Amino acid sequence: MAKKKEILRGAEIFCRALKDEGIKHLFGYPGGAVLHIYDELYKQDAVEHILVRHEQGATHAADGYARATGKPGVVLVTSGPGATNAVTGIATAYLDSIPLVVFTGQVSTHMIGNDAFQEVDSIGITRPCVKHNFLVKDVKDLATTIKKAFYVATSGRPGPVVVDIPKDVTADSCEYEYPDKVDISSYKPVVKGHPGQIKRAAELILSAKKPMIYSGGGVILGEASKELTQFTKLLGYPITNTLMGLGAFPATHKQFVGMLGMHGTYEANMAMHHCDVLIAIGARFDDRVTGDLEKFCPYAKIVHIDVDPSSISKNVPVDIPIVGDVKHVLKDLLAILKSDGGQKPDAKALKAWWKQVDEWRALDCLKFDRDTEVIKPQYVVEKLWELTKGDAFVTSDVGQHQMWAAQFYKFDKPRRWINSGGLGTMGFGVPAAMGVKLAYPDETVACISGEASLVMCIQELSTCLQYNTNIKILSLNNRYMGMVRQWQEFFYSSRYSHSYMEALPDFVKMAESYGHVGMRIEKSSDVEGALKEALALKDRTVLMDFVTDQTENVYPMIASGKGHHEMHLSSDKDRELA
Amino acid sequence: MRHILSLLMENEAGALSRVAGLFSARAFNIESLTVAPTEDPKISRMTIVTSGSDAIIEQIMKQVNKLVDVVKVVDLNDTRHIERELMLIKVAAKKTDRAEIKRMVDVFRGRIIDVTENSFTIEMTGTGEKLDAFIQALDERLILEVVRSGVSGIARGDKAIHS
Ligand SMILES: Cc1ncc(C[n+]2csc(CCOP(=O)(O)OP(=O)(O)O)c2C)c(N)n1
Repeated sequence: MAKKKEILRGAEIFCRALKDEGIKHLFGYPGGAVLHIYDELYKQDAVEHILVRHEQGATHAADGYARATGKPGVVLVTSGPGATNAVTGIATAYLDSIPLVVFTGQVSTHMIGNDAFQEVDSIGITRPCVKHNFLVKDVKDLATTIKKAFYVATSGRPGPVVVDIPKDVTADSCEYEYPDKVDISSYKPVVKGHPGQIKRAAELILSAKKPMIYSGGGVILGEASKELTQFTKLLGYPITNTLMGLGAFPATHKQFVGMLGMHGTYEANMAMHHCDVLIAIGARFDDRVTGDLEKFCPYAKIVHIDVDPSSISKNVPVDIPIVGDVKHVLKDLLAILKSDGGQKPDAKALKAWWKQVDEWRALDCLKFDRDTEVIKPQYVVEKLWELTKGDAFVTSDVGQHQMWAAQFYKFDKPRRWINSGGLGTMGFGVPAAMGVKLAYPDETVACISGEASLVMCIQELSTCLQYNTNIKILSLNNRYMGMVRQWQEFFYSSRYSHSYMEALPDFVKMAESYGHVGMRIEKSSDVEGALKEALALKDRTVLMDFVTDQTENVYPMIASGKGHHEMHLSSDKDRELA
Repeated sequence: MRHILSLLMENEAGALSRVAGLFSARAFNIESLTVAPTEDPKISRMTIVTSGSDAIIEQIMKQVNKLVDVVKVVDLNDTRHIERELMLIKVAAKKTDRAEIKRMVDVFRGRIIDVTENSFTIEMTGTGEKLDAFIQALDERLILEVVRSGVSGIARGDKAIHS
């Protein structure tokens, strides 16, 4: 006999559905439209609600949580300003394909469209920056819609999904049943790659004389790091990662030639330029990666593996596209490569190619001055890497510090490097770190920030205190919006228009006023000691204000409109190499 | 090049705005767009006339396909197809002009569907080109009002879009 179903109110259904979905953390901020839901949250303890201090913080925290764990991040905000405050975080997740489910309260259904108090068209506002969104008009649809939201957010190419819930829907009642799975006839993500294409790709890959593997965030999102590593080691080819793909292949392995693109290494960009076969895996040929498309990989035949057909041949036409889940496709490729009697890579050609790549590598493009009393930002990151044995979770904000973090913290594991690559959202770092720490309370979580980015979501320091998410914030304080200043130096004859950070707060006192530990570090020789001290304070959040070299620039740099072989390597040695 | 895309989508609230929003956000061109429910009330069919290079049309197809509500999209240019558009046009029709206008309507196989002392309202279907030609053929000063439906398209032969 069928079990009698319970009759529940919408707000109860919401809480039960999250529980049945296995959700442990909900990042949120209350308001009128979601008060019924908050009342139910009060009565249960299956889902822990994390009260942020700004809805942007909620979305970034959920996003950091999702990036670190691979599980969806979940957010609850009220209607109107709650929803609009969340938009930056939703767009951030969208551009980096991060699975979020964001619940926005809405005015009651009969008031929709009346310019009611705290009404905005959340569906309309978020439409261009979500994978999909739903307006729930009837409590009977609530449970299924929640299930659909999680399914869409986490399957195929992941992304944020918004569910807009009018207040009356949370008050109405119906029978509750949470579906085990849902089927959306118009939504069928591809999993397996086309066998014929995979075979052709394997042939091309093995025929290469100057091969190059270029992998991106898709490998991390697709949990295919292990397969990528096997594949790369088996072939013995050089590999570069995008900003989003760092950690998918161990950065300390000799086949890794560093990040590519605008601030990529000399060896990675040169190898891109000169390769004859490019194997692009879970990467999307972003403009910060490709530079001038006219000059992109001029000698290469390109294989592109991606779960999203629209990523293929969007910016760069490719020779062998394979649409499919990267993990599946890599497994299939590995099976072919490992099969007995099959073709093997051209060892002689590969040796010559590595000789060339190693010559480029010998240029040591990331070197910086280590004999200064003034703190070099690169040095701080390098020390953090050493002291955490390369095993910390590192979030960042946006700017020069982000690039230095990417260049100098060598990530050997996926999901350790957490940054807003696509949207480039200042303010991301602190709340994201908080989300990571909630997921992994025993791990070291550091946020590498700049003094301008840091204050964009500084209010979340209160949340850190409340939930004991003890993060280590390394602010590389150059008293400039460094990346803006760098562009102004290079492209606007050093006219530093509004990029100087005047009237900065006393960061030590600020940290203390939030109940945390603040440190100000002014000398290079103090960096290591301070970091050790901060890392030892396991149960405290520490804000380290590193007073760094004001004029340091990020190198190498490819200016807009230039090709991979046209890098600036340093200010006094602007070499263009081909 | 001009392409006619036919798409089937879930008849959900906001589905139209997803498609329209996609075109504007990605700077794709829309010449015309028509939409109405199909024989299955849960599914709407949309015909979009757009233009662009092969690469752009490929992107449009992929991006439209990616929308969660979209069940299917086909480029009618890939097959032999029929396109039709409906036009209603109101023209000033004084006694002296009436015979000439009627003759023209007959030539273009239109129908006069409303008559007043001073005007005719004409209904005409055909390809966009034919409708353009009719407008061209009329004395510009006589035209009072034009409304066009935008193109609807369907493939020739016995194969249906669902299959
Ligand atoms: C929300 C937001 N506003 C503006 C920008 C543009 N922007 C990019 S980097 C940057 C400067 C960041 O300065 P800081 O955080 O001090 O880092 P630094 O570059 O000095 O390391 C700015 C303003 C942005 N990325 N995000």
